[in-house]
Amino acid sequence: MTRLLPFPLLSAALFGMWVLLTGFSPGHVLLAGLVALTIPRVMLLLKVEKPRVRIGWSMVRLAGFVLGDIIRSNVAVGRIILCKPPARRSGFIRLPIALENRYALVVLAVIITATPGTLWVQHDARRKIILIHVLDLVDEEAWIALIKNRYEKLLMDIFE
Amino acid sequence: MIQAPDLPLWAAIIVGLFVVLGAVITLVGAIGLIRMETFYERVHPPTLGMTLGTGFVLLASITCFSVMQSRPVLHEVLIAVFVTITTPITLMLLARAALYRDRSEGVQDVPGDFGDEGDD
Repeated sequence: MTRLLPFPLLSAALFGMWVLLTGFSPGHVLLAGLVALTIPRVMLLLKVEKPRVRIGWSMVRLAGFVLGDIIRSNVAVGRIILCKPPARRSGFIRLPIALENRYALVVLAVIITATPGTLWVQHDARRKIILIHVLDLVDEEAWIALIKNRYEKLLMDIFE
Repeated sequence: MIQAPDLPLWAAIIVGLFVVLGAVITLVGAIGLIRMETFYERVHPPTLGMTLGTGFVLLASITCFSVMQSRPVLHEVLIAVFVTITTPITLMLLARAALYRDRSEGVQDVPGDFGDEGDD
């Protein structure tokens, strides 16, 4: 299995992309299979670390949390832009992070940056700190607790 | 959209709502880009257009073409995936560049590099 498909997730993603782009005709499904079998081999030459992903409910829960948080912070940031509350303060927070898996960190970076109102700025792998800029910094501890309890735990569940 | 007149009324209303909603959210993000004061604050508002703004326009597109072709048209999902994966790279790059400049100029209200500080 690993010899045939060294990167099964990448293969699945390529297959899905090909089929979605070309429509569901039998010829293209066959071609998609061929692409999914051959292209990921290029990654072998790059000698990337293989992601170990545990597929399960954690992924669904993570996706749900992300979607909910994105909608909620869209509303929150929209309100800040339109109403301009005078007491708002933005600032940086330092967040100690226990995650070490680079794929988990990438996913966390994308989640934090894609959510309006928070921006991932820097990661120090040695000290295990990430620097985040928050648009509406009310309570620093609350942010740290939110990211640690909600996202870090789930990402550890999925990747480590 | 040349085939748009073929769209039944109910679908046209849904598609129209989605498009307008997505456009309004993106507009709010663009207004935010002007109204915020510092660089780091300015990075945040455009994410509105990149998340829900894009999302609603894509939903409109999915609804429109799925109804017209009487089969699910889902390749718009790929746009959402690629936008979500790629825009954080730009945002982080911009923020890092600004932070690097501010640190080397010795601006007070940005946090120093982790290695430079004795207190933590």
